[in-house]
Amino acid sequence: MPNPPQPSSAVLTPEAIAASVTGQDATVRAADDVARYALGLGDDALVLAQRLGSWIASAPELEEDVALGNIALDTLGHARSLLTYAGSAWDQTEDDLAYFRDEADFRCRQIFERPNGDFACTIVRQLVVSAYFTALYRGLAESTDATLAAIAAKAVKEVAYHLDHASLWTVRLALGTEESRRRTLTGLEAVWPFVDELFAADPAADAVPDAAVAPAGLREPFDALVLPVLARAELEVPAAPALRGGGRLGVHSEALGPLLAEMQVLARRHPGAVW
Amino acid sequence: MVTGGAVKGAVGAPVEQVARPRPAAGPERAAWDAAAAVTDPEVPVLSIEDLGVLRGVRFVDGAPVVDITPTYSGCPAVDAIRDDVVVALAEHGFPGARVNVVLSPAWTTDWMSDAGRRKLAEFGIAPPARRAGGVVSLDLGIRCPRCGSLHTRELTRFGSTSCKALWVCRRCGEPFDHFKEH
Repeated sequence: MPNPPQPSSAVLTPEAIAASVTGQDATVRAADDVARYALGLGDDALVLAQRLGSWIASAPELEEDVALGNIALDTLGHARSLLTYAGSAWDQTEDDLAYFRDEADFRCRQIFERPNGDFACTIVRQLVVSAYFTALYRGLAESTDATLAAIAAKAVKEVAYHLDHASLWTVRLALGTEESRRRTLTGLEAVWPFVDELFAADPAADAVPDAAVAPAGLREPFDALVLPVLARAELEVPAAPALRGGGRLGVHSEALGPLLAEMQVLARRHPGAVW
Repeated sequence: MVTGGAVKGAVGAPVEQVARPRPAAGPERAAWDAAAAVTDPEVPVLSIEDLGVLRGVRFVDGAPVVDITPTYSGCPAVDAIRDDVVVALAEHGFPGARVNVVLSPAWTTDWMSDAGRRKLAEFGIAPPARRAGGVVSLDLGIRCPRCGSLHTRELTRFGSTSCKALWVCRRCGEPFDHFKEH
């Protein structure tokens, strides 16, 4: 295992922060196959955080600006940990991975890149992805990979709040006014075709069965979290067929490109910029 | 930036020992005490020692290495704390410090010191409830830090920072921050 020179954190650039992962004191440098798995999980979180961030100042009420902003911040934190760890295998920083990869290099599942839609649509997606993250991080906290386990053990406490937030809003909107119910149903129809992809095979997970959580095994705990909420909200699982997916293979919808353009433009136009 | 870190503090170890693993003696202790005075930029009445964010101090090839842990994964205060720790150590004669962010064991509000809880309340932020035994968090009501009433309600679970929720007192009518149990 290569052991690069010890970086000094006296210069607190993002590069130095990321470099500390590979420092001689750090206990970890991700193995290549584990890094590929972490990259997919990190991309899911990064792209969702970017989507949620655009709610700030646009949510129906101030409290929701703050709530969605906080949820985005937690999610960005998960992305930073996962991408920093993934990058440690390839001598790349979290910023290298976030800002200097193109669309086809991203490995996020497609549900995360979906446009926000209206508030009800975002809430339905939050219900789905928070339940998915809860099941995922509970499982990943038992990973044989100590760093993935540590990231997950921390994240699982945070996504519990996110799931609670989405569950309460789903019920409130679905049983609220005729208009809020109509929007919730529309959101559910828009989001649900992307649900199956969350549990589809992920070659990166298959390559590291002890470190990873098998996606197919997450369906049952996911259903156990989501179906009772839908029942309480008097919502039925839509019958629409699942879409093909392929996010883990770099296949994306047209929604990802504009998202990345906005996220990456500053770093690409002014490489190394700090503020 | 992030490492798994060693899992310290076996099950059953006293909370205080896990929360504040202060070295017993020597330069490690002096360096710990220098780092311990650094405060949280978002809650300036609390030191990182009060919070349980300071996780360890040791020397590697003569240079201090300080372990800290974030309260929340995305907490932006971590970068400021990292900066402040390097400066505080240099001021106390320990130049060239390196700060390592560890995630395990995951931070919990149970690590907040009693002194920290008092300082929070005096500052106007309702401190987190203790989860005795760590099994169940009982919802016993949060005391208003202004009038002391327990007749309060949660306004929104997500507040001005990741670690706080916004509450309001039904008696005095004032809104207040509550440091969430985590």
